[in-house]
Amino acid sequence: MKFMKFLLSLLLTAIVFYGLNSKLGSIPPLGKFLDPIHGIWQNDKTEGQNVEALAITGLKEEITVHYDKHLIPHIFAQNDADLYFAQGYITAKHRLWQMEFQTHAAAGRISELIGEAAIEFDRGQRRKGMVFGAENSLKKMRENPETLQFVEAYRDGINQYIDQLTVEDYPVEYKLLDYSPEPWTLKKTALLLMYMTDMLAGGDSDLEYSNFLNKYGKERLDLLYPDFFDTIDPVIPKERDWSEWDVVAHDVPISELPKDTITDILEKPDPDNGSNNWVVAPEKSYSGNPILANDPHLGLKLPSIWFALQLATPEKNTFGVSLPGALGIIIGFNNDISWGLTNATRDVRDWYKIEFTDDQRTAYRYDGESRNATKRIEEIKVRNGKTVYDTVVYTHHGPVSYDASFKGNDQKIGYAMKWTGHLGGNNQRTFLELNKAKNYDEYAKALKYHVAPAQNFIFSSTEGDIALWIQGTFPNKWEGQGKFLMDGSNPNHEWKGFIPQEHNAHIKNPEQAFLSSANQHPVDESYPYYVFNDGYETYRNRVINDFFRSKEKFNIQDFKDLHNNNYNLMAAELLPNMLQQMDVSALDSEEKELFDQVKTWDYFNDIEKIGPSIWEAWWSELAPLTWDELEAEELVLDYPFKYQTIYLLKNNPDDEFMDVVATPEKETAKDLFLISFKEAVKNLKAWKIENGDYNWGEYKATYVGHLLQALPAFSRFNLPIGGNGSIVNATKKDHGPSWRMIVEMSSPPKALGVYPGGQSGNPGSKYYDNFIDIWAAGDYLELDFMQDKNQTENILFSQTLNPKP
Amino acid sequence: MRKNILNFIITILVAVVLSQFLPWWSIMVAGFLTGFSIPLKRIAVFLVPFLAIALFWAVSAYMISSGNDFTLAKRIAVLFPLDGNVNLLLLITGIIGGLAAGIAALFGKQCQLLFKKS
Repeated sequence: MKFMKFLLSLLLTAIVFYGLNSKLGSIPPLGKFLDPIHGIWQNDKTEGQNVEALAITGLKEEITVHYDKHLIPHIFAQNDADLYFAQGYITAKHRLWQMEFQTHAAAGRISELIGEAAIEFDRGQRRKGMVFGAENSLKKMRENPETLQFVEAYRDGINQYIDQLTVEDYPVEYKLLDYSPEPWTLKKTALLLMYMTDMLAGGDSDLEYSNFLNKYGKERLDLLYPDFFDTIDPVIPKERDWSEWDVVAHDVPISELPKDTITDILEKPDPDNGSNNWVVAPEKSYSGNPILANDPHLGLKLPSIWFALQLATPEKNTFGVSLPGALGIIIGFNNDISWGLTNATRDVRDWYKIEFTDDQRTAYRYDGESRNATKRIEEIKVRNGKTVYDTVVYTHHGPVSYDASFKGNDQKIGYAMKWTGHLGGNNQRTFLELNKAKNYDEYAKALKYHVAPAQNFIFSSTEGDIALWIQGTFPNKWEGQGKFLMDGSNPNHEWKGFIPQEHNAHIKNPEQAFLSSANQHPVDESYPYYVFNDGYETYRNRVINDFFRSKEKFNIQDFKDLHNNNYNLMAAELLPNMLQQMDVSALDSEEKELFDQVKTWDYFNDIEKIGPSIWEAWWSELAPLTWDELEAEELVLDYPFKYQTIYLLKNNPDDEFMDVVATPEKETAKDLFLISFKEAVKNLKAWKIENGDYNWGEYKATYVGHLLQALPAFSRFNLPIGGNGSIVNATKKDHGPSWRMIVEMSSPPKALGVYPGGQSGNPGSKYYDNFIDIWAAGDYLELDFMQDKNQTENILFSQTLNPKP
Repeated sequence: MRKNILNFIITILVAVVLSQFLPWWSIMVAGFLTGFSIPLKRIAVFLVPFLAIALFWAVSAYMISSGNDFTLAKRIAVLFPLDGNVNLLLLITGIIGGLAAGIAALFGKQCQLLFKKS
């Protein structure tokens, strides 16, 4: 009996131990997790307590770090290697989990953390060649001794931080998912840059266009997806003359494009990943100093993708935002120059049809011969599951993303990706050199190393120059090349080299005395290289440029107003037409009431208005109704761009596409307006019953979600901020201005900045989300650009990092 | 009764000391050790170390978190989900710790009985 009791209590003890020490489903290991001495209670703290000087192995000289009241670190080092070491150490201190998670995502290693639910995602990342691209970039970084030295210093800084971490100090997310940080590597920095490349240059519509072309023909394609819209206001102003260049153009080869139909593809990045930037020259500035602004539009996440900091040595002093995982300041300024980025959407990813000569896919046809493929076996570790092995075939074009084992069904057919993201480039060097650049020439020189994702690098200097370079590596294509799936066996379909770097579109000190970019057409049709519409924005750019053409001088308040400008040009270009065509007699009293409400709307997407909600509900019914033909197809097809949809609704109201396939009647645009309006009213009524009033702020319900699927506990919801996609204040539901910066190039420069997050990655810190309300209100932080490491005012706390003897 | 109080105090003291060196299951070791060396009777075998560790964990958690205005505790009380109720989270923390220690104490007591026999 006693022995039985003994066994029973032993068993019970074992069960309790196991139960509280293991992660069960999504429930963290409760004993570990709730232990006040090592668990999450230890994370319930805010930075600034018990700050003491640290002795760190690997430093050469003493470093001073001042934290200002926003928890922005200002790092003063004596030399560059120490500076980047400290950047790594300090960034890890505040953002370690995020740094590792994002690079795990880039590398397709999420299954390791969360189990089999992420296998398809991970396979996709591997099949896109994310690791392949990172390895190529790493090779390029290694070729430059200086870059290598700094990337290594950064890595060592992160690892010094990780090494001294004890379990109780692990960020909350490690405790929640029950795992530990691993050492940082150079490859992780390359992976982080690939993460950005994929986000910004990882979209194309080649396969969708091929499907459309094969189904509807060239004439319809050119109408729905024109190379240029009828009105454009390009990044490089039309005043730019390109005639002085000697240009090598390639002829269109006489050949057939593959006629394949594609039914399934990888998920594409958000098409609204984009940004605004603008700059005014001295003659257009209230003070005579150039003023520059930037706001990159990305997914709104916590911890934020940006981390603000100042990096200073006796030779240079740079302030701005960094990407945790990469070195230097990515968007910012120093005492001489400032720069900002927007995405230069261009078609830098093409697809080639591959015909394998055998079922094992060991070789493929090329130029009448057979060429050997290589294979890369991807090992995907799965938490609580069996490791998955995925063989990805590589051709000389690039990885065969789609084949019989992934979204395809023919054993001998595959589709290979050719992408500038795979070329490998030392992008890191561009930013390291920009950080210390003193004038236009040094800025232009720094850009040369930047390969992908192509960016509109806007620039201003205290000398009074303004400029914009569209920098990236762009294939020099024959007209139409890469708009559709190409033949991987035909040498004529290959990229024939690249646009020479000095021929990348750029402009310095234009007559109009301002420059801007907002993901619109980079150039007009006079640019001597082939460019086609790859999803160019057509609204924000016009609002911005019209604003700068509207008066002589601009001040900081004008810049703030423009960041927060909620004018909905898209609605203003279609809604009057819809209202005018509406058959009011067909509306019931409730519909009539909403119709009258939207009629009085002033086209501003402000939070308290209901006009924008009605417009949005209406448009989101109208667009799918217009393109119902495309939705009905088994093939993957893209909707035409908003601008072209509106153009057709207004100018071709009787087009075949206006018909609703599901009804026997033959609809026109006018009918679509009425049908979609009635649907919209129904939806709004249902919304109201569930959620209450649908003024725009509440209806849009912007939120900033934690990187782990927006875990409500670590996210912020229902933020009172206006705007929307295609509006200068491009704040959508979970996407928008991820950093807003305004810099006046006085001496020293004066700057404002804010992002929807906080400096701390710890949800237990008061600095985790403290910028969000400031950001939502359209306000800014005054950035304290410290000129002297002995500064004593406006400092929250300081820390000295000493070399360990 | 005196033994109950003694067990209660020693369990806390041992747990506090062990928690400095061992992971979360230091409380199970504490429960086991006192269950073995200060044997109690009937329900008290479980209940006394349960209360001791529940108190230790809940009070420690409270002290750490209150200094930071329960910033993270409020979020974890949404995660679980406890409707943001920090007191419930403290209670659960205490119960989890207490349960682990109490069960380990039962095992300690059984070991002690087995030893005494032999």
